[in-house]
Amino acid sequence: MEQKLIFKDYNEALKQNKLLGLKCRDCGAITVPPKMVCRQCASPDMEVVELKGSGKIRTFTTVFVASEGREDEIPYTIVMVELDDGPWIMGNLDGIDPAQASMELVGKKVKMGNKVFPGDKYSAGEGARPLFSLV
Amino acid sequence: MKKVAVVGVGETKFSGPQEKTEVELFAEAAMEAITKSNLKPKDIKALFVGNVLGDFAEGQGMVQSFAAENIGCLYVPANRYEGACASASMAIRDAFIWIASGYYDIVLAGGVERAATMGTGLATRTFAMFSDARYEYPAGITFPAVFAMLTHLYADTYKIPLQKLREQMARVSIQSYKHGSVNPRAQFFGKNADMTVEKVLGSFMVSTPLTLHDCCPFSDGAAAVVLASEEVAKKLTGKPVYITGTGQSSCGPLGNQSDYLPRIRSREISSQQAYDMAGVKPQDIDLCELHDCFSIASLIATESLGFFDYGTAGEAWEKGEADIGGKIAVNPSGGLKAKGHPIGATGAGQVYEVVKQLRGEVEPERQVEGARTGMTDTLGGDGGALVNMILQRGW
Repeated sequence: MEQKLIFKDYNEALKQNKLLGLKCRDCGAITVPPKMVCRQCASPDMEVVELKGSGKIRTFTTVFVASEGREDEIPYTIVMVELDDGPWIMGNLDGIDPAQASMELVGKKVKMGNKVFPGDKYSAGEGARPLFSLV
Repeated sequence: MKKVAVVGVGETKFSGPQEKTEVELFAEAAMEAITKSNLKPKDIKALFVGNVLGDFAEGQGMVQSFAAENIGCLYVPANRYEGACASASMAIRDAFIWIASGYYDIVLAGGVERAATMGTGLATRTFAMFSDARYEYPAGITFPAVFAMLTHLYADTYKIPLQKLREQMARVSIQSYKHGSVNPRAQFFGKNADMTVEKVLGSFMVSTPLTLHDCCPFSDGAAAVVLASEEVAKKLTGKPVYITGTGQSSCGPLGNQSDYLPRIRSREISSQQAYDMAGVKPQDIDLCELHDCFSIASLIATESLGFFDYGTAGEAWEKGEADIGGKIAVNPSGGLKAKGHPIGATGAGQVYEVVKQLRGEVEPERQVEGARTGMTDTLGGDGGALVNMILQRGW
């Protein structure tokens, strides 16, 4: 059975600031990041849809100790965003001072852009991630 | 299903960077376990080894086969297990299942790692491989960052002011350091017994709000246990420790666990399997070696394991209810925080501690008096591999 939406196509769309997901034809739930089956009911009967990419911050952290190869990026803020469409996705938060990130961020509404991680020797190529900013 | 006992255990000191190879480390732990079991290497029917990052740490794959040959367990089946930090517990649980089924009667299981040898940069990079490489790593996720986000989510979910939560979390580290300081096999043996809340909060920031003292260290080390069927065990030792319950579960990336976070659903499922199999309840557990990779992880774990109500574990640490003499003795070994966390070996180190505790063989300062029932809890990734085991005295 073929995947409806693979990483390569998800990634290409994200680089254009388009967040692709999967809508279940059986239960209506939205699944993102893409998987073979619906995250709620495990049905493989899903169609590719474009999501708005808007949502609210549920949690966050500012990273001060980096992985090898990413030392130049610190400090940076990671957020888990609950999309208006339901699922939670991970991204970075732009437009704030990472060192000042606090609990006040929780619940704040965000919109989505993107930023590309160019990849390293382990990653089998690049990968874009959502780059959120406060609205 | 046959009853399965731990007959003997072995362990190296858990440490920072050191010069022995993974094969050498594992062989030392394995030979201690075999010798303490009154067995010879030729008696071992199969060997199951947890090892996560040997490929990166020293360019060594297939460590299990070289380790088997190194200790004279010649031509036996040797399997490697990789479930991130739960690898050795997966190996031991599978050894349990094979013996319970009657297929083997004596199996050596354990694990080995040289995470400290890798250094912080490479270790941080490779540990991040236990998050989703495509959908999470591009954002720069690290393991401290996962638990840092769970900390903020925990504070928000249970409406605990962050500062108060951080002080409660500091109590977790202080307790672990206290026990580890009197455990000669612990990485922080003889150290940090004078830790204070102020020192924990004031140490350098790793990933907000987790400081250095909220985080377990990178560690080198190995641990191994010999499991045997009841009939074999009774011939080998007067103190067989039976594995009476086990559970294992899995889950996907952090975001896909959103229906339950900050609870780790895979732990609730795994531990319930173990309780049901053993026919015991959380209040029957005398001590638990649990996966305190970060201070917040202890709070989350004790709640999912049923020791404390959701959102209240921090208070339990403040009152000493999670210490020796409290409701449940958590991590009398010092845990991952102070004993250390050589990830491929950690679960076997937990079983080592529980067996020693049930046999009354640990240092008096950290002995849980009269312990009859112990539990292990090992988490790989952020729940992707979750193993629980319940062990009980057989005498």
